[in-house]
Parts: sequence; structure tokens; C-alpha cells
Amino acid sequence: MTKIHIPTPLRQYAGKQATIEIKAGTIGDALSGLISKHPDLRRHLYTDEGKLRAFVNVYLNDEDVRYLQKEATAVKDSDTISIVPSIAGGAAGLTIS
Amino acid sequence: MFSVPLWLCGGFWGMLKIGQSHYDALRQHGEDTYPHECCGVLLGQMDGDARIVTSVARCGNTRSDSPHNRYNIDPRELIRIQREGRERGEDIVGFYHSHPDHPPRWSPTDLAEAHWIGCSYVITSVEKGKAAVTNSFELVGSEENDKKLVEEEIKVT
Repeated sequence: MTKIHIPTPLRQYAGKQATIEIKAGTIGDALSGLISKHPDLRRHLYTDEGKLRAFVNVYLNDEDVRYLQKEATAVKDSDTISIVPSIAGGAAGLTIS
Repeated sequence: MFSVPLWLCGGFWGMLKIGQSHYDALRQHGEDTYPHECCGVLLGQMDGDARIVTSVARCGNTRSDSPHNRYNIDPRELIRIQREGRERGEDIVGFYHSHPDHPPRWSPTDLAEAHWIGCSYVITSVEKGKAAVTNSFELVGSEENDKKLVEEEIKVT
């Protein structure tokens, strides 16, 4: 079983679990398996058009799957998948008053 | 974490509880990286509407193209911090960054790029190299379309 780490904001849609184990051959399998177990996660991970949201990073161990084979990336039982919403911002656009 | 956004309930009862040394450390980080923005992760426990910080992790700012008014944390660094936190029984409860020579309020960029609903976003203004005011905002809402940053009390313990 491959472990998927769920970030704190999404745990409420994943039965309050921090880690979910899924039997999967690819990243795509793992994500669809996750969503079939916890359908409320879908709208938080995917756009209405069914694309992974731009700010949702999916890592296989320490690698961004965008730079591997995306959803076709093969996974093993010993692998760990992390779902990591991006963390960014800054003062840009703020007026000084 | 609520299906009904907290701000619809009419109360700003979110709170960030943080020890003095951790509070000082995140403010110091803003001075150390001035005139660039600093950024980091707050780890601890969610306790109802409060987030209790038990450790603070400094991160590098990957926005080398515009570090004076933008920040970004490398997801790989976050995964490592998350893993180390998990080994200590801690979760990610928030993030911090600085606004060099800008007010300690959230900017349109801060809201657009905040995605961790239910977490705290701490902002410290750094004026001419000295940490000035530190404020905390909880990202509330049920999804991207209705998210808001709402000021919360910081209780330094």
C-alpha cells in the first residue's frame, strides 16, 4: 500500500486522517482511489474541468510529479505521496499608508 | 476546520498561541532577511479554533526574482518540515512571512496565494530593518471561492 499524506486543511474531507493508504500502480490511480474513498476531496484537488488545481503540488517521495511522468508516474508500495498546496504571497500590491 | 465559514458565524474567535521564544524567532527572521521577505512554517496542534505553536521552522524564500515583496516556500522543504514535525507529533498549523517597509496587513497577493484553509498566516512588518508589528490572520472559508483572511488574536505565552 502506498501512503498518501493529507495536508491539514484537507483532512476534514478525508475522514480526519493525516495519512491514507491506497493500493495503486500510478499517481493517477492513487489520486482516483483517494477520491473514490473520500469524494469530498475532489473539488479541493481538481477544477471543474477535471484538471489538478495549479496550486496543488503532488510529490512522490521528494519529487514533483510534474517533472516525472505526471499522473502516469509509477508508484511502489514503499513510496510516499504528499499533497502540498503551495505556500506563497508577499507584500506586492499592498499600498503604503 | 468547518463546513460553515467561521466569519459567517459573526465571531473572530480564532487565536494563535505561541511561546515568546518562537514569537521572537519569527520576528528576528524578518530582520535577518531584510530588505527581503522571510518565510517559515508554524508547527503544533489545532485546538478547536486555536492554533498552538510548539515549533517554528525557517524556510528559504525561493522568489529570487522579487524577494523584497514576494515569498514562496519550496514544497520539498515543506515536505521535510512536515515529516520532521510528524515524528515529534506536530502538524502544520500556519505560516509566517515579513513585509519589509510595508504594513503588517495581508495584501491581495497574500490572499490569492493562500490555500491552507484553517491555518494561520502571520505577517510582520519590518521597518528599516527592525521588526515592527506582527499580526496573524486565519484563512477561513470552505473553498477557494469564499476564502478570507480574518485577523485573529496572537496570545504570546
